[in-house]
Amino acid sequence: MSIETETTHVPAPALKAEVKQLDFYYGDFHALKKVEMPVYERCITSLIGPSGCGKSTLLRCFNRMHDLYPGNRYAGGGIILHPDNTNLLSPDVDPIEVRMRLSMVFQKPNPFPKSIFENVAYSLRVRGMKNKTELEDRVQQALKSAALWNEVGSRLNELGANLSGGQQQRLCIARALASDPELILFDEPTSALDPIATASIEELLMELKDQVTILIVTHNMQQAARISDYTAYMYLGEMVEFGESEQLFIKPKVKATEDYITGRFG
Amino acid sequence: MSSLDSAAITTHVSQRLSKKASRNIKERVIEFIMLSAAAFSVFITVAIVYILVKESWIFFQTVPLTDFLFDTQWTPLFDDAHYGITVLLSGTITSSVVALLIAIPLGTIIAIYLSEFAPFSVREIAKPLLELLGGVPTIVYGYFALVVLTPILQWFWPDLPGFSLLSAGLVMGVMIIPYVSSLSGDAMRAVPMALREGSYAMGATRLQTALKVVVPAATSGIASAYILGISRAVGETMILAVAAGMQPNLTFNPTEPGATITSYIVQVALGDLPHGSIGYQTIFVAGLSLMLITLTFNLLGYWLRKKYREVY
Repeated sequence: MSIETETTHVPAPALKAEVKQLDFYYGDFHALKKVEMPVYERCITSLIGPSGCGKSTLLRCFNRMHDLYPGNRYAGGGIILHPDNTNLLSPDVDPIEVRMRLSMVFQKPNPFPKSIFENVAYSLRVRGMKNKTELEDRVQQALKSAALWNEVGSRLNELGANLSGGQQQRLCIARALASDPELILFDEPTSALDPIATASIEELLMELKDQVTILIVTHNMQQAARISDYTAYMYLGEMVEFGESEQLFIKPKVKATEDYITGRFG
Repeated sequence: MSSLDSAAITTHVSQRLSKKASRNIKERVIEFIMLSAAAFSVFITVAIVYILVKESWIFFQTVPLTDFLFDTQWTPLFDDAHYGITVLLSGTITSSVVALLIAIPLGTIIAIYLSEFAPFSVREIAKPLLELLGGVPTIVYGYFALVVLTPILQWFWPDLPGFSLLSAGLVMGVMIIPYVSSLSGDAMRAVPMALREGSYAMGATRLQTALKVVVPAATSGIASAYILGISRAVGETMILAVAAGMQPNLTFNPTEPGATITSYIVQVALGDLPHGSIGYQTIFVAGLSLMLITLTFNLLGYWLRKKYREVY
C-alpha cells in the first residue's frame, strides 16, 4: 500500500501537450481513431501496445513526420502544445517550426555521415547558428547531458558511425538535446541495443526528465514500468487506457489492458 | 546386419559423388563454359595491352622518350617529324575540362532534384528521357556541334572558328550528363530513409537535408559517377573528330581548333600510312597513353569508392 500513498503525494504536473480527438489515415487505412491523451511536463510518458496498434503512428504525428510521405492524412482533432496552445497539426503551422520545438530519437541509431561534433551541432547549424564558441559550448553541454562526454570528449572529430551501438544512440540523444527542445519523442530507442546499452539509455532517460518532457514508444512493458511516470495502452488505433504507470501496471481499470500486461494476449 | 547396411550406404553415397555421375558431368561442363567466358575477356585485355606495349616499344627504339614527353610539336606525317604527345594531350584535356564543366554541375543538380525533390511521377518520366541522351550515337552529337551549336556560338562570338574544342566540348558535356546524373542519383536514392528522417526531425529543410546529409552519405557513389564521366570525356572520339578540327595544336584555349589523342587515332587509322612505318606506330603510342590515362582514373575511382564507402 506504500505505493498508493507515494502516488498521492506527487503533485499533479503541468500539461505539456494534449492529444485531442485525433484521427489519422494512411491512405484509406484508419490508423488512429479519436485518440485522446495528455502529456505531462517533465515526465516520461510511455506508449505501449502490440505491433500495429498505432503507437509509433501517434508519436510521429507530434513532429509531423507523416508530412514527408504522400497519402498520409490528419483527419480531425489535433495535438495542442502548451503553454502557447499551438495546434501542431494545424495546416497553418509549419512542420519545420514544429520540429524545431520537438526533437526525435529513432529506433535504430542513425548518426549522420559526419564527425561526432558535427552530428550534435547539426540541429544548431540548420537553425543558422555560426558562432564557433557558442556551438562548442552547446555541443559539449549536450554531450554531457547525454552521458557521452567522458567517452568522446577527446575525439570529437572522429566519425559518429565509428562508435558502438549504444554510444551511437546516446549521440543521437545528444543531437536531439542540442537545440534545447521542449519535448523529445523516442521511437523504441533501445530495440536495436544489447541489455547493457539499454540499461544505460534507460538511466539516461530518467536523468533527462528533469530538463525535458519525454514521450517514448516501447514494445517492452518492463521498460515502460521501470522508467515511465505515465503509460498509455493502445490497441487497433484506439487509446484503451491512460494512467499513472504504477496504477496501470498494478491495477488496470480496463480488462483489455489487464489481459495485455499479464500476457494473456499480445 | 548393421555393418552390411552401412556398407550399402557407403556405396550409394560414393556413387552419388562419383565423377561419372551425369549430374556432375553437367556441372563440369557449365563450370567450364563460365570459366572460358571469364578467361576470354581477360585474354582480350592482355592481348590489347601486349600489342600496344610491343608496338610502342618499337616506336621508342627510334624516338627517345624525352622527345615524346617534352617536344611541343606533333607532326608525325611531315618530313620534319615531331612526336610531342603534349600537343594531343592539351586537346584532350581542354575538351574534357569544357565537357566536365557542363556535365558535373548539371548532372549533380539533376541527380539531387530527381532523387530528393521531384515527385514520383516526374522522376519516372524524366529518368528514362535523360538516359536516352546517353543513347544518342556520338556521331550525331558531333554533327549537332558542327552544324547547330557552332553557328549559334558564332552569333555571340564572331571570331570563333568553324571547328573548335569549345563547341565539341560543350556537346560532349551534354552527352555525359546522363552518366553523371544517373549514377549519382542511384547513389543518393540508396541512402537510407532513416538518415533523411533524422535530418528532418532536427528541423532541417529539404535542401539542408539533401546537401548536408544525403550528398555526404552518397560521396563514394557520386565520386564514381564523376570518374566515369571523366573517362567518357577522355575517351570520346567521334564528337571531337567531327567538330574539333583534328588539327594538332598545343593550346589550352577552348576557342581554338585542336586534335585529341582519340581524334588523331581516327585520322591516322583512316589514312593511307604504310603499315610498319614510324607514323603508323604512333597510333599505338597514342593508344597506350590514352589507356594509361583512363587506367589512372579507374584506379582513382576504385580508391575513392573504398575510402568513402558508407556502411549504413
